[in-house]
Amino acid sequence: MGDWKSEVKNIVYEGQIKVPYKWNVGETGSRFFIGLRDKQEIWGVQCPQCKKVYVPPLKTCGTCFVNTDQWVKVANTGTVESFTVVNYSHGMQPAKPPLVYGLIKLDGAGGSFVHLIGGIDPAKVAMGMKVKAVFADKREGTILDIKHFAPV
Amino acid sequence: MEKVGIVGVGQTTYERSKEAPVDELVFEAASKALKDAGGDMGHIDNIITVSNDFWDGRTISSMAIQDAAGSWGKDISTVEGDGTFGTFYGMMRILSGSFDTTLVVSHMKGSEGIMNLITNAMFDPIYQRSLGIDATSSAALQARLYMKMSGATEEDFARVSVKNHKNAKNNPLAQLAMDITVADVLKSKKIAEPLKLLDCSPISDGAAAVVLANEKGAKRFKNSPVWVKGVAHCSDAYSLGYRDLSRAPALAEASGRAFKMAGIKNPLKDLDVAEVYDAYSYMEPMWYEGMGLAKEGGGKDLIRSGATEMGGELPVNPSGGVLSAHPVLVAGMARLIEAVLQVRGEAEKRQVKGAKTALAHGINGPCGQAHCVFIVGS
Ligand SMILES: [Zn+2]
Repeated sequence: MGDWKSEVKNIVYEGQIKVPYKWNVGETGSRFFIGLRDKQEIWGVQCPQCKKVYVPPLKTCGTCFVNTDQWVKVANTGTVESFTVVNYSHGMQPAKPPLVYGLIKLDGAGGSFVHLIGGIDPAKVAMGMKVKAVFADKREGTILDIKHFAPV
Repeated sequence: MEKVGIVGVGQTTYERSKEAPVDELVFEAASKALKDAGGDMGHIDNIITVSNDFWDGRTISSMAIQDAAGSWGKDISTVEGDGTFGTFYGMMRILSGSFDTTLVVSHMKGSEGIMNLITNAMFDPIYQRSLGIDATSSAALQARLYMKMSGATEEDFARVSVKNHKNAKNNPLAQLAMDITVADVLKSKKIAEPLKLLDCSPISDGAAAVVLANEKGAKRFKNSPVWVKGVAHCSDAYSLGYRDLSRAPALAEASGRAFKMAGIKNPLKDLDVAEVYDAYSYMEPMWYEGMGLAKEGGGKDLIRSGATEMGGELPVNPSGGVLSAHPVLVAGMARLIEAVLQVRGEAEKRQVKGAKTALAHGINGPCGQAHCVFIVGS
């Protein structure tokens, strides 16, 4: 009775999920992206209670559970809090490896900002390095309006 | 609180690429758990399935396994998260007073999708996803922050990989059982620095199941339960930049609450064995600190001293841990099953002698955003 299994060769069905989405960014996020796109400025929002400045903006401070609606302009410069050099390639990446990702603490911001680090030999990237936002020539109101952060 | 115990456990082997579809894996794990409990599907009051839509490529990922989980005509609910979270939910359903027994099943076929693409989608589509980060690159950012905070080195992380892959040799279900050296880990392929190939858990397929029961429900089964002495869950912020990635405050909260429930004052002394979620090697010493097994920055000393090796003061991951098999979602339930086997004295070659109290740990989200901690005991 179990014999039939040994005679069957498994079939693999190859599929793909392709689903377009249109995500509304909302007023808070849109204002942040408009700042990047039109003025090459980075804006955050400040929590009225704990005073933390969130960049990218958060509509609600998760610590205090209150709305954050005080806009604060932060610097285009910051410090590399952490980084990694990625050596593999997959379709979701915006460029070919090696890719350098950083957690960047912008001057004036409360948390850190995940983005790409560029304009430098990946082997020379270091913790604590000062970096500056390099804006894309063509800006469309997305996070990639900042091309990457490069050494100051 | 009413007592809830784990009366049956079942697992498939964990492999890189299993031909059997998910329903066959779930049926295997569920049948093993029921057999282990000494009962059958008729003894089960309700069912929890643990799965993730994107990993499975199905909008309702539990749909493919309803028959295999024995849920026809039964009350069923689903959890998208680690198997420990699903087990916690299954336990709460018993504590609600509505049910006396719960079957919890979890499954993963990591080989059928592409891990980097799927974990990229756990990041916010507007602010982070288009940058191309994923589970591994975000973990690498955390590893470096943890190194800076704690003074732990890449050699320390390599020691974790050596220990756990060696332990896996005693676990017939593990995927990557091997004798390697610190030097092997250090010279393995750079993936996302400082993480190298042997610092990273593999892509895995597999399923696991547990049968839960209260004292009344346990009487239906031939096997005796291992009791849940303490359990808690806690989640940190979602966005990486808004968390202190060098520490695990959510784990400190979850383990603290679980220890309090279980009456554990000094976890390093009071626990006999721990199974923790080491998706990447650096996580193990980091979780030691989060759980209070070591003081802040002291995880490296615990690894260096050998205290968490087999025969040490508190063996951690005698099964080989997640580094030796990483069926996402299943992996935390596998830790819990290992903890149960240890307390029963049925962990065979990986048995910690006289183990009476064991910890099992599951995580969910990037860089251990959420943690669930179980303490089980005889
Ligand atoms: Zn606040």
